[in-house]
Amino acid sequence: MSNPTLSFDLLRDVREVLQFPFMVNALEAATIVAVLAAVVGWYMVLRRQSFAGHTLSMMAFPGATGAALAGLPAALGYYLACGAAALAMSATGQSGRRRFATESAAIGTVQATGLALGFLFLSLNSAVLGGMETFLFGNILAVTRGQVLVLLIVALVALSLVAVIARPLLFASVDPEVARARGVPVALLDVGFLLLLGLAVAATSQITGVLLVFTLLVAPPAAAQLITAQPVAGLVLSVAFALAIAWLGLGVAYFSIYPASFFITMFAFGLYVAVRCARWALARHRVA
Amino acid sequence: MSTPARVAAGDATPAKVRETAVQLHSAAVRLGGRTIFSDVDLEVRRGEFVAVLGPNGAGKSTLMRAILGLVALSEGSVEVLGRPPAQSRSEIGYLPQRRSFDAETRIRGIDLVRLGLEGSRWGLPVALSGPARARRHTERGRIEEVIALVGADAYASRPIGELSGGEQQRLLIAQALVRRPSVLILDEPLDSLDLPNQATVAALVQRVCAVQGVAVLLVAHDVNPLLGYLDRVIYLAGGKALAGPVEEVITGPKLSRLYGAPIEVLRTSDGRLVVVGSPEAPHHHGHRH
Repeated sequence: MSNPTLSFDLLRDVREVLQFPFMVNALEAATIVAVLAAVVGWYMVLRRQSFAGHTLSMMAFPGATGAALAGLPAALGYYLACGAAALAMSATGQSGRRRFATESAAIGTVQATGLALGFLFLSLNSAVLGGMETFLFGNILAVTRGQVLVLLIVALVALSLVAVIARPLLFASVDPEVARARGVPVALLDVGFLLLLGLAVAATSQITGVLLVFTLLVAPPAAAQLITAQPVAGLVLSVAFALAIAWLGLGVAYFSIYPASFFITMFAFGLYVAVRCARWALARHRVA
Repeated sequence: MSTPARVAAGDATPAKVRETAVQLHSAAVRLGGRTIFSDVDLEVRRGEFVAVLGPNGAGKSTLMRAILGLVALSEGSVEVLGRPPAQSRSEIGYLPQRRSFDAETRIRGIDLVRLGLEGSRWGLPVALSGPARARRHTERGRIEEVIALVGADAYASRPIGELSGGEQQRLLIAQALVRRPSVLILDEPLDSLDLPNQATVAALVQRVCAVQGVAVLLVAHDVNPLLGYLDRVIYLAGGKALAGPVEEVITGPKLSRLYGAPIEVLRTSDGRLVVVGSPEAPHHHGHRH
Protein backbone atom coordinates (compact mmCIF):
# COMPACT_ATOMS: atom_id res chain seq x y z
CA MET A 1 0.00 0.00 0.00
CA SER A 2 1.47 3.31 -1.01
CA ASN A 3 1.19 6.40 1.13
CA PRO A 4 -2.13 8.15 0.63
CA THR A 5 -1.87 11.23 -1.50
CA LEU A 6 -4.48 13.81 -2.23
CA SER A 7 -5.45 13.71 -5.90
CA PHE A 8 -7.71 16.79 -5.76
CA ASP A 9 -10.37 14.64 -7.38
CA LEU A 10 -12.88 14.61 -4.53
CA LEU A 11 -14.80 11.55 -5.64
CA ARG A 12 -11.62 9.50 -6.06
CA ASP A 13 -10.27 10.64 -2.72
CA VAL A 14 -13.48 9.74 -0.91
CA ARG A 15 -13.54 6.35 -2.60
CA GLU A 16 -9.96 5.73 -1.57
CA VAL A 17 -10.68 6.62 2.06
CA LEU A 18 -13.70 4.35 2.19
CA GLN A 19 -11.92 1.23 0.96
CA PHE A 20 -10.35 0.75 4.41
CA PRO A 21 -12.64 -0.76 7.07
CA PHE A 22 -10.89 1.21 9.82
CA MET A 23 -11.75 4.46 8.01
CA VAL A 24 -15.36 3.36 7.57
CA ASN A 25 -15.58 2.57 11.29
CA ALA A 26 -13.99 5.89 12.13
CA LEU A 27 -16.36 7.82 9.89
CA GLU A 28 -19.41 6.06 11.28
CA ALA A 29 -18.30 6.60 14.87
CA ALA A 30 -17.52 10.25 14.18
CA THR A 31 -20.91 10.74 12.53
CA ILE A 32 -22.84 9.21 15.44
CA VAL A 33 -20.87 11.13 18.03
CA ALA A 34 -21.10 14.41 16.11
CA VAL A 35 -24.91 14.27 15.96
CA LEU A 36 -25.24 13.30 19.63
CA ALA A 37 -22.74 15.88 20.87
CA ALA A 38 -24.20 18.66 18.72
CA VAL A 39 -27.75 18.13 19.99
CA VAL A 40 -26.95 17.64 23.68
CA GLY A 41 -24.29 20.37 23.45
CA TRP A 42 -26.86 22.82 22.09
CA TYR A 43 -28.88 22.48 25.30
CA MET A 44 -25.70 22.56 27.39
CA VAL A 45 -24.56 25.86 25.86
CA LEU A 46 -28.06 27.32 26.25
CA ARG A 47 -28.15 26.22 29.90
CA ARG A 48 -24.59 27.49 30.47
CA GLN A 49 -23.54 24.16 31.87
CA SER A 50 -20.23 23.96 30.05
CA PHE A 51 -18.42 23.60 33.35
CA ALA A 52 -20.62 20.63 34.23
CA GLY A 53 -19.86 19.15 30.81
CA HIS A 54 -16.15 19.71 31.36
CA THR A 55 -16.30 18.00 34.74
CA LEU A 56 -18.20 15.06 33.28
CA SER A 57 -15.50 14.66 30.65
CA MET A 58 -12.89 14.50 33.42
CA MET A 59 -14.85 11.65 34.99
CA ALA A 60 -13.64 9.41 32.20
CA PHE A 61 -10.35 9.30 34.13
CA PRO A 62 -11.69 7.56 37.27
CA GLY A 63 -14.04 5.64 34.95
CA ALA A 64 -11.27 4.18 32.81
CA THR A 65 -8.82 3.52 35.64
CA GLY A 66 -11.57 2.08 37.84
CA ALA A 67 -12.78 -0.19 35.06
CA ALA A 68 -9.23 -1.42 34.44
CA LEU A 69 -8.85 -2.17 38.13
CA ALA A 70 -12.14 -4.06 38.24
CA GLY A 71 -11.43 -5.85 34.98
CA LEU A 72 -14.36 -4.25 33.15
CA PRO A 73 -14.37 -2.74 29.64
CA ALA A 74 -13.14 0.86 29.68
CA ALA A 75 -16.27 2.11 27.91
CA LEU A 76 -18.46 0.75 30.69
CA GLY A 77 -16.26 2.57 33.19
CA TYR A 78 -16.80 5.83 31.24
CA TYR A 79 -20.58 5.51 31.32
CA LEU A 80 -20.73 4.50 34.99
CA ALA A 81 -18.39 7.24 36.17
CA CYS A 82 -20.15 9.94 34.13
CA GLY A 83 -23.55 8.79 35.37
CA ALA A 84 -22.40 8.75 38.99
CA ALA A 85 -20.84 12.20 38.65
CA ALA A 86 -24.01 13.58 37.05
CA LEU A 87 -26.05 12.31 40.00
CA ALA A 88 -23.51 13.65 42.52
CA MET A 89 -23.61 17.08 40.87
CA SER A 90 -27.37 17.29 40.94
CA ALA A 91 -27.47 16.08 44.54
CA THR A 92 -24.98 18.68 45.76
CA GLY A 93 -26.14 21.49 43.50
CA GLN A 94 -29.16 23.66 44.23
CA SER A 95 -32.09 24.21 42.02
CA GLY A 96 -34.09 27.38 41.61
CA ARG A 97 -32.93 30.89 41.30
CA ARG A 98 -29.60 30.62 43.03
CA ARG A 99 -28.70 27.51 41.10
CA PHE A 100 -25.96 29.12 39.05
CA ALA A 101 -24.33 30.74 42.07
CA THR A 102 -23.79 27.51 43.95
CA GLU A 103 -23.60 25.11 41.07
CA SER A 104 -20.01 25.81 40.08
CA ALA A 105 -18.76 25.17 43.61
CA ALA A 106 -20.58 21.85 43.79
CA ILE A 107 -19.32 20.83 40.36
CA GLY A 108 -15.74 21.78 41.21
CA THR A 109 -15.91 19.61 44.32
CA VAL A 110 -17.23 16.66 42.33
CA GLN A 111 -14.46 17.15 39.77
CA ALA A 112 -11.70 17.15 42.38
CA THR A 113 -13.13 14.08 44.08
CA GLY A 114 -13.44 12.23 40.77
CA LEU A 115 -9.88 13.01 39.77
CA ALA A 116 -8.58 11.94 43.19
CA LEU A 117 -10.39 8.62 42.85
CA GLY A 118 -8.94 8.20 39.38
CA PHE A 119 -5.46 8.80 40.73
CA LEU A 120 -6.07 6.23 43.47
CA PHE A 121 -7.22 3.63 40.94
CA LEU A 122 -4.20 4.40 38.79
CA SER A 123 -1.76 3.91 41.65
CA LEU A 124 -3.41 0.59 42.47
CA ASN A 125 -3.04 -0.60 38.89
CA SER A 126 -0.40 1.25 36.90
CA ALA A 127 -0.90 -1.00 33.86
CA VAL A 128 -3.46 1.54 32.58
CA LEU A 129 -0.72 4.07 32.09
CA GLY A 130 0.19 2.57 28.71
CA GLY A 131 -3.04 3.72 27.10
CA MET A 132 -2.88 7.19 28.58
CA GLU A 133 -2.39 9.06 25.33
CA THR A 134 -5.33 7.34 23.67
CA PHE A 135 -7.35 8.00 26.76
CA LEU A 136 -6.54 11.71 26.77
CA PHE A 137 -6.66 12.46 23.06
CA GLY A 138 -8.63 9.59 21.57
CA ASN A 139 -7.73 7.21 18.81
CA ILE A 140 -10.55 7.28 16.35
CA LEU A 141 -8.73 5.15 13.80
CA ALA A 142 -8.74 2.22 16.23
CA VAL A 143 -12.54 2.12 16.66
CA THR A 144 -13.98 -1.38 16.18
CA ARG A 145 -17.30 -2.57 14.71
CA GLY A 146 -18.46 -3.46 18.21
CA GLN A 147 -17.72 0.04 19.48
CA VAL A 148 -19.61 1.60 16.60
CA LEU A 149 -22.61 -0.57 17.41
CA VAL A 150 -22.54 0.40 21.11
CA LEU A 151 -22.19 4.07 20.17
CA LEU A 152 -25.16 3.78 17.83
CA ILE A 153 -27.36 2.25 20.54
CA VAL A 154 -26.29 4.84 23.12
CA ALA A 155 -26.90 7.68 20.67
CA LEU A 156 -30.32 6.38 19.65
CA VAL A 157 -31.39 6.03 23.29
CA ALA A 158 -30.07 9.48 24.20
CA LEU A 159 -31.57 11.21 21.16
CA SER A 160 -34.95 9.55 21.73
CA LEU A 161 -34.90 10.88 25.28
CA VAL A 162 -34.06 14.36 23.99
CA ALA A 163 -36.96 14.12 21.55
CA VAL A 164 -39.38 13.28 24.37
CA ILE A 165 -38.25 16.09 26.68
CA ALA A 166 -37.30 18.60 23.95
CA ARG A 167 -39.84 21.31 24.72
CA PRO A 168 -40.14 21.02 28.52
CA LEU A 169 -36.32 20.96 28.71
CA LEU A 170 -36.12 24.12 26.61
CA PHE A 171 -38.76 25.75 28.84
CA ALA A 172 -36.97 24.68 32.03
CA SER A 173 -33.64 25.87 30.62
CA VAL A 174 -34.57 29.41 29.66
CA ASP A 175 -37.48 30.14 32.00
CA PRO A 176 -37.43 27.76 34.99
CA GLU A 177 -39.80 29.71 37.24
CA VAL A 178 -42.67 29.91 34.79
CA ALA A 179 -42.01 26.33 33.68
CA ARG A 180 -42.37 25.16 37.28
CA ALA A 181 -45.59 27.13 37.68
CA ARG A 182 -46.92 25.42 34.56
CA GLY A 183 -46.25 22.00 36.08
CA VAL A 184 -43.03 21.17 34.22
CA PRO A 185 -40.88 18.94 36.51
CA VAL A 186 -37.91 21.31 36.42
CA ALA A 187 -35.85 19.59 39.13
CA LEU A 188 -36.28 16.19 37.49
CA LEU A 189 -35.29 17.63 34.11
CA ASP A 190 -32.17 19.18 35.70
CA VAL A 191 -31.03 15.74 36.88
CA GLY A 192 -32.17 14.07 33.67
CA PHE A 193 -30.24 16.49 31.53
CA LEU A 194 -27.03 16.00 33.52
CA LEU A 195 -27.40 12.24 33.02
CA LEU A 196 -27.95 12.79 29.29
CA LEU A 197 -24.91 15.04 29.20
CA GLY A 198 -22.94 12.33 30.99
CA LEU A 199 -24.02 9.82 28.36
CA ALA A 200 -23.04 12.14 25.51
CA VAL A 201 -19.70 12.98 27.11
CA ALA A 202 -18.85 9.33 27.77
CA ALA A 203 -19.66 8.47 24.15
CA THR A 204 -17.78 11.44 22.72
CA SER A 205 -14.67 10.99 24.84
CA GLN A 206 -14.10 7.52 23.37
CA ILE A 207 -13.65 9.17 20.00
CA THR A 208 -12.01 12.49 20.69
CA GLY A 209 -10.36 11.57 23.97
CA VAL A 210 -11.11 13.12 27.32
CA LEU A 211 -9.37 16.43 26.73
CA LEU A 212 -10.96 17.10 23.35
CA VAL A 213 -14.59 16.27 24.16
CA PHE A 214 -15.36 19.92 24.02
CA THR A 215 -14.42 20.12 20.40
CA LEU A 216 -17.71 18.56 19.40
CA LEU A 217 -19.78 19.39 22.46
CA VAL A 218 -19.22 23.15 22.65
CA ALA A 219 -17.87 24.68 19.47
CA PRO A 220 -20.64 23.62 17.02
CA PRO A 221 -23.59 24.61 19.24
CA ALA A 222 -21.88 27.80 20.41
CA ALA A 223 -21.26 28.83 16.80
CA ALA A 224 -24.83 27.88 15.85
CA GLN A 225 -26.27 29.96 18.68
CA LEU A 226 -24.20 32.94 17.61
CA ILE A 227 -25.76 32.69 14.17
CA THR A 228 -29.39 32.03 15.03
CA ALA A 229 -31.61 32.38 18.10
CA GLN A 230 -34.28 30.17 16.59
CA PRO A 231 -34.26 26.82 18.42
CA VAL A 232 -34.90 24.42 15.52
CA ALA A 233 -32.56 26.23 13.14
CA GLY A 234 -29.92 26.35 15.88
CA LEU A 235 -30.11 22.60 16.49
CA VAL A 236 -29.93 21.80 12.77
CA LEU A 237 -27.00 24.16 12.27
CA SER A 238 -25.21 22.73 15.30
CA VAL A 239 -25.50 19.20 13.90
CA ALA A 240 -24.39 20.36 10.45
CA PHE A 241 -21.31 22.08 11.91
CA ALA A 242 -20.37 19.07 14.02
CA LEU A 243 -20.70 16.70 11.04
CA ALA A 244 -18.67 18.98 8.79
CA ILE A 245 -15.93 19.32 11.40
CA ALA A 246 -15.77 15.60 12.10
CA TRP A 247 -15.78 14.53 8.45
CA LEU A 248 -13.30 17.17 7.33
CA GLY A 249 -11.00 16.43 10.25
CA LEU A 250 -10.98 12.70 9.52
CA GLY A 251 -10.57 13.22 5.79
CA VAL A 252 -7.65 15.59 6.16
CA ALA A 253 -6.03 13.38 8.79
CA TYR A 254 -6.11 10.47 6.38
CA PHE A 255 -3.93 12.34 3.91
CA SER A 256 -1.65 13.71 6.57
CA ILE A 257 0.72 12.37 9.19
CA TYR A 258 -0.99 14.23 12.04
CA PRO A 259 -3.72 12.77 14.28
CA ALA A 260 -7.43 13.19 13.45
CA SER A 261 -8.27 14.68 16.88
CA PHE A 262 -5.92 17.55 16.14
CA PHE A 263 -7.61 18.43 12.85
CA ILE A 264 -11.13 18.02 14.23
CA THR A 265 -10.27 20.39 17.06
CA MET A 266 -8.59 22.91 14.76
CA PHE A 267 -11.58 22.99 12.43
CA ALA A 268 -13.90 23.49 15.42
CA PHE A 269 -11.76 26.32 16.70
CA GLY A 270 -11.57 27.88 13.24
CA LEU A 271 -15.34 27.69 12.87
CA TYR A 272 -15.97 29.37 16.21
CA VAL A 273 -13.45 32.15 15.55
CA ALA A 274 -14.83 32.74 12.05
CA VAL A 275 -18.42 33.03 13.32
CA ARG A 276 -17.35 35.36 16.14
CA CYS A 277 -15.47 37.58 13.71
CA ALA A 278 -18.32 37.60 11.21
CA ARG A 279 -20.75 38.67 13.92
CA TRP A 280 -18.40 41.36 15.11
CA ALA A 281 -17.94 42.67 11.57
CA LEU A 282 -21.68 42.59 10.99
CA ALA A 283 -22.37 44.52 14.19
CA ARG A 284 -19.79 47.15 13.20
CA HIS A 285 -21.27 47.35 9.74
CA ARG A 286 -24.72 48.03 11.22
CA VAL A 287 -23.42 50.75 13.49
CA ALA A 288 -21.46 52.48 10.73
CA MET B 1 -49.32 60.77 26.43
CA SER B 2 -53.00 60.26 27.07
CA THR B 3 -54.20 57.75 29.60
CA PRO B 4 -56.27 55.09 27.88
CA ALA B 5 -59.86 54.96 29.05
CA ARG B 6 -60.79 52.33 31.56
CA VAL B 7 -62.73 49.48 29.98
CA ALA B 8 -65.87 48.57 31.86
CA ALA B 9 -66.07 44.98 33.07
CA GLY B 10 -68.87 42.76 31.94
CA ASP B 11 -69.36 44.09 28.42
CA ALA B 12 -68.16 40.95 26.70
CA THR B 13 -68.59 38.10 29.13
CA PRO B 14 -71.08 39.03 31.80
CA ALA B 15 -71.70 35.42 32.87
CA LYS B 16 -68.08 34.76 33.71
CA VAL B 17 -67.51 37.92 35.64
CA ARG B 18 -69.16 36.89 38.86
CA GLU B 19 -67.49 33.48 39.16
CA THR B 20 -65.01 33.10 41.99
CA ALA B 21 -61.55 32.60 40.52
CA VAL B 22 -59.25 32.61 43.55
CA GLN B 23 -60.25 31.85 47.11
CA LEU B 24 -58.15 31.69 50.26
CA HIS B 25 -59.52 30.67 53.66
CA SER B 26 -57.53 31.58 56.78
CA ALA B 27 -54.39 30.84 54.81
CA ALA B 28 -50.98 30.89 56.49
CA VAL B 29 -47.48 30.24 55.22
CA ARG B 30 -44.53 29.50 57.47
CA LEU B 31 -41.09 29.18 55.92
CA GLY B 32 -38.16 28.03 58.02
CA GLY B 33 -40.01 28.69 61.28
CA ARG B 34 -40.93 32.25 60.28
CA THR B 35 -44.55 33.16 59.71
CA ILE B 36 -44.75 34.99 56.40
CA PHE B 37 -48.47 35.68 56.74
CA SER B 38 -51.44 34.16 58.52
CA ASP B 39 -55.22 34.42 58.62
CA VAL B 40 -55.49 35.63 55.07
CA ASP B 41 -59.01 35.46 53.65
CA LEU B 42 -59.36 36.49 50.08
CA GLU B 43 -61.75 36.12 47.21
CA VAL B 44 -61.07 37.36 43.69
CA ARG B 45 -63.75 37.02 41.03
CA ARG B 46 -63.32 36.79 37.31
CA GLY B 47 -63.05 40.16 35.64
CA GLU B 48 -61.66 41.73 38.79
CA PHE B 49 -58.39 43.67 38.77
CA VAL B 50 -56.76 43.49 42.18
CA ALA B 51 -53.46 45.03 43.19
CA VAL B 52 -51.38 43.40 45.91
CA LEU B 53 -49.45 46.05 47.80
CA GLY B 54 -47.21 46.12 50.82
CA PRO B 55 -43.69 46.86 51.99
CA ASN B 56 -40.70 44.78 50.92
CA GLY B 57 -40.60 41.39 52.57
CA ALA B 58 -44.30 41.46 53.50
CA GLY B 59 -44.85 38.20 51.65
CA LYS B 60 -46.50 39.43 48.45
CA SER B 61 -44.55 37.07 46.23
CA THR B 62 -45.06 34.20 48.67
CA LEU B 63 -48.81 34.81 48.58
CA MET B 64 -48.71 34.64 44.79
CA ARG B 65 -46.65 31.46 44.88
CA ALA B 66 -49.11 29.93 47.33
CA ILE B 67 -51.95 30.67 44.91
CA LEU B 68 -49.90 28.99 42.18
CA GLY B 69 -49.35 25.95 44.38
CA LEU B 70 -45.58 26.47 44.40
CA VAL B 71 -45.53 27.11 48.16
CA ALA B 72 -47.58 24.90 50.48
CA LEU B 73 -49.90 26.51 53.00
CA SER B 74 -49.21 25.60 56.61
CA GLU B 75 -52.83 26.39 57.50
CA GLY B 76 -56.04 27.11 55.70
CA SER B 77 -56.94 26.41 52.10
CA VAL B 78 -56.48 27.87 48.66
CA GLU B 79 -58.60 27.18 45.62
CA VAL B 80 -58.20 28.38 42.06
CA LEU B 81 -61.31 28.02 39.90
CA GLY B 82 -62.78 25.74 42.57
CA ARG B 83 -59.90 23.29 42.48
CA PRO B 84 -56.51 22.91 44.17
CA PRO B 85 -53.97 25.14 42.37
CA ALA B 86 -52.03 22.20 40.90
CA GLN B 87 -55.12 21.16 38.95
CA SER B 88 -55.70 24.63 37.55
CA ARG B 89 -52.17 25.24 36.30
CA SER B 90 -53.08 25.37 32.64
CA GLU B 91 -55.53 28.18 33.38
CA ILE B 92 -53.17 30.42 35.31
CA GLY B 93 -50.92 32.89 33.54
CA TYR B 94 -47.89 33.78 35.64
CA LEU B 95 -45.24 36.43 35.42
CA PRO B 96 -42.70 35.94 38.23
CA GLN B 97 -40.92 38.73 40.03
CA ARG B 98 -38.44 40.57 37.87
CA ARG B 99 -36.51 38.23 35.69
CA SER B 100 -34.48 39.57 32.86
CA PHE B 101 -32.58 37.84 30.14
CA ASP B 102 -29.00 38.93 29.64
CA ALA B 103 -27.46 39.68 26.27
CA GLU B 104 -26.15 36.15 25.84
CA THR B 105 -29.57 34.50 26.03
CA ARG B 106 -29.89 33.23 22.50
CA ILE B 107 -33.59 32.63 22.14
CA ARG B 108 -36.15 34.83 20.40
CA GLY B 109 -39.02 36.60 22.09
CA ILE B 110 -41.53 34.69 20.01
CA ASP B 111 -40.00 31.39 21.19
CA LEU B 112 -40.57 32.39 24.81
CA VAL B 113 -44.19 33.23 24.02
CA ARG B 114 -44.54 29.88 22.25
CA LEU B 115 -43.13 28.08 25.30
CA GLY B 116 -45.97 29.59 27.31
CA LEU B 117 -48.32 27.70 25.01
CA GLU B 118 -46.54 24.39 24.40
CA GLY B 119 -43.57 24.34 26.76
CA SER B 120 -45.13 21.70 28.98
CA ARG B 121 -45.87 19.27 26.14
CA TRP B 122 -43.75 16.13 25.81
CA GLY B 123 -42.51 14.77 22.53
CA LEU B 124 -41.68 16.50 19.28
CA PRO B 125 -44.05 18.93 17.60
CA VAL B 126 -44.73 16.80 14.54
CA ALA B 127 -48.03 17.59 12.91
CA LEU B 128 -48.88 14.88 10.40
CA SER B 129 -52.63 14.41 10.76
CA GLY B 130 -55.24 16.96 9.65
CA PRO B 131 -56.44 17.95 13.15
CA ALA B 132 -52.87 18.27 14.44
CA ARG B 133 -52.02 20.55 11.55
CA ALA B 134 -55.14 22.60 12.12
CA ARG B 135 -54.26 22.98 15.80
CA ARG B 136 -50.75 24.07 14.87
CA HIS B 137 -52.18 26.67 12.55
CA THR B 138 -54.56 27.95 15.24
CA GLU B 139 -51.74 28.14 17.76
CA ARG B 140 -49.48 30.03 15.40
CA GLY B 141 -52.32 32.51 14.91
CA ARG B 142 -52.80 32.81 18.67
CA ILE B 143 -49.10 33.55 19.20
CA GLU B 144 -49.18 36.31 16.59
CA GLU B 145 -52.40 37.68 18.06
CA VAL B 146 -51.09 37.92 21.60
CA ILE B 147 -47.82 39.50 20.43
CA ALA B 148 -49.85 42.12 18.57
CA LEU B 149 -52.00 42.63 21.68
CA VAL B 150 -48.99 43.67 23.76
CA GLY B 151 -47.59 45.65 20.82
CA ALA B 152 -44.41 43.60 20.46
CA ASP B 153 -44.65 42.80 16.72
CA ALA B 154 -41.65 44.88 15.81
CA TYR B 155 -39.14 43.01 17.95
CA ALA B 156 -40.66 39.59 18.75
CA SER B 157 -38.28 37.85 16.34
CA ARG B 158 -35.17 39.32 17.88
CA PRO B 159 -33.17 37.50 20.58
CA ILE B 160 -34.74 38.32 23.93
CA GLY B 161 -31.39 39.26 25.45
CA GLU B 162 -30.97 42.13 22.97
CA LEU B 163 -34.24 43.79 23.96
CA SER B 164 -34.80 46.52 26.54
CA GLY B 165 -36.40 45.78 29.90
CA GLY B 166 -39.75 47.16 28.75
CA GLU B 167 -39.72 45.14 25.54
CA GLN B 168 -38.83 41.97 27.43
CA GLN B 169 -41.63 42.64 29.90
CA ARG B 170 -44.22 43.00 27.16
CA LEU B 171 -43.19 39.69 25.63
CA LEU B 172 -43.34 38.02 29.04
CA ILE B 173 -46.84 39.38 29.53
CA ALA B 174 -47.71 37.94 26.11
CA GLN B 175 -46.31 34.61 27.32
CA ALA B 176 -48.54 34.76 30.40
CA LEU B 177 -51.59 35.60 28.25
CA VAL B 178 -51.06 33.19 25.38
CA ARG B 179 -53.20 30.36 26.78
CA ARG B 180 -56.12 32.70 27.49
CA PRO B 181 -55.82 32.11 31.23
CA SER B 182 -58.74 32.63 33.61
CA VAL B 183 -56.40 33.86 36.31
CA LEU B 184 -53.44 36.15 35.74
CA ILE B 185 -50.78 36.52 38.41
CA LEU B 186 -48.30 39.31 37.70
CA ASP B 187 -45.50 39.82 40.20
CA GLU B 188 -44.23 43.38 39.83
CA PRO B 189 -44.75 43.70 36.08
CA LEU B 190 -44.29 47.48 36.23
CA ASP B 191 -40.96 47.25 37.99
CA SER B 192 -38.14 48.85 35.99
CA LEU B 193 -40.47 50.18 33.30
CA ASP B 194 -40.46 53.89 32.54
CA LEU B 195 -43.60 55.91 33.28
CA PRO B 196 -45.26 55.79 29.83
CA ASN B 197 -44.63 52.03 29.71
CA GLN B 198 -46.09 51.57 33.19
CA ALA B 199 -49.29 53.31 32.12
CA THR B 200 -49.54 51.30 28.89
CA VAL B 201 -48.99 47.98 30.62
CA ALA B 202 -51.50 48.83 33.38
CA ALA B 203 -54.09 49.79 30.74
CA LEU B 204 -53.38 46.63 28.75
CA VAL B 205 -53.82 44.40 31.81
CA GLN B 206 -57.05 46.15 32.73
CA ARG B 207 -58.40 45.70 29.20
CA VAL B 208 -57.59 41.97 29.16
CA CYS B 209 -59.14 41.67 32.60
CA ALA B 210 -62.39 43.34 31.60
CA VAL B 211 -62.84 42.05 28.05
CA GLN B 212 -61.84 38.44 28.68
CA GLY B 213 -63.16 38.22 32.23
CA VAL B 214 -59.78 37.34 33.68
CA ALA B 215 -59.10 37.60 37.40
CA VAL B 216 -55.92 39.65 37.77
CA LEU B 217 -53.67 39.75 40.83
CA LEU B 218 -50.91 42.28 40.30
CA VAL B 219 -48.12 42.81 42.80
CA ALA B 220 -46.81 46.36 42.87
CA HIS B 221 -44.55 48.62 44.85
CA ASP B 222 -46.02 51.81 43.56
CA VAL B 223 -49.77 52.10 43.41
CA ASN B 224 -49.87 55.33 41.39
CA PRO B 225 -49.72 53.99 37.84
CA LEU B 226 -52.51 51.56 38.71
CA LEU B 227 -54.94 53.84 40.52
CA GLY B 228 -57.16 54.48 37.53
CA TYR B 229 -57.61 50.82 36.68
CA LEU B 230 -58.05 48.89 39.91
CA ASP B 231 -61.20 47.31 41.31
CA ARG B 232 -59.73 46.46 44.68
CA VAL B 233 -56.46 46.44 46.55
CA ILE B 234 -54.98 43.95 48.98
CA TYR B 235 -52.47 45.23 51.47
CA LEU B 236 -50.03 42.86 53.08
CA ALA B 237 -48.15 44.14 56.10
CA GLY B 238 -47.02 42.63 59.38
CA GLY B 239 -48.16 39.19 58.29
CA LYS B 240 -51.78 40.30 57.82
CA ALA B 241 -53.80 41.19 54.78
CA LEU B 242 -56.27 44.00 54.36
CA ALA B 243 -58.55 44.02 51.33
CA GLY B 244 -61.05 46.54 50.08
CA PRO B 245 -62.06 48.97 47.33
CA VAL B 246 -59.45 51.51 46.32
CA GLU B 247 -61.31 54.45 47.93
CA GLU B 248 -61.54 52.69 51.30
CA VAL B 249 -58.01 51.36 51.62
CA ILE B 250 -56.08 54.10 49.86
CA THR B 251 -56.48 56.74 52.53
CA GLY B 252 -53.81 58.66 54.36
CA PRO B 253 -54.41 57.16 57.82
CA LYS B 254 -54.64 53.55 56.58
CA LEU B 255 -51.53 53.75 54.42
CA SER B 256 -49.58 55.55 57.12
CA ARG B 257 -50.47 52.82 59.61
CA LEU B 258 -49.54 50.03 57.18
CA TYR B 259 -46.19 51.43 56.19
CA GLY B 260 -45.37 53.02 59.49
CA ALA B 261 -44.54 56.29 57.71
CA PRO B 262 -46.57 59.43 57.08
CA ILE B 263 -48.40 59.16 53.78
CA GLU B 264 -50.92 61.54 52.25
CA VAL B 265 -53.52 60.79 49.61
CA LEU B 266 -54.61 63.67 47.38
CA ARG B 267 -57.41 63.81 44.84
CA THR B 268 -56.82 65.61 41.56
CA SER B 269 -59.47 67.72 39.85
CA ASP B 270 -60.38 64.86 37.52
CA GLY B 271 -60.93 62.57 40.48
CA ARG B 272 -57.71 60.59 40.33
CA LEU B 273 -55.92 59.63 43.51
CA VAL B 274 -52.34 60.59 44.08
CA VAL B 275 -50.29 59.02 46.83
CA VAL B 276 -47.67 61.37 48.20
CA GLY B 277 -44.71 60.53 50.45
CA SER B 278 -45.19 57.43 48.53
CA PRO B 279 -44.94 53.85 49.68
CA GLU B 280 -42.56 53.25 46.88
CA ALA B 281 -40.00 50.88 48.31
CA PRO B 282 -36.26 51.37 47.80
CA HIS B 283 -35.11 50.04 44.45
CA HIS B 284 -33.47 46.80 45.36
CA HIS B 285 -34.90 43.39 44.73
CA GLY B 286 -32.30 41.08 46.09
CA HIS B 287 -34.76 40.00 48.73
CA ARG B 288 -36.39 36.68 48.10
CA HIS B 289 -39.34 35.37 50.02
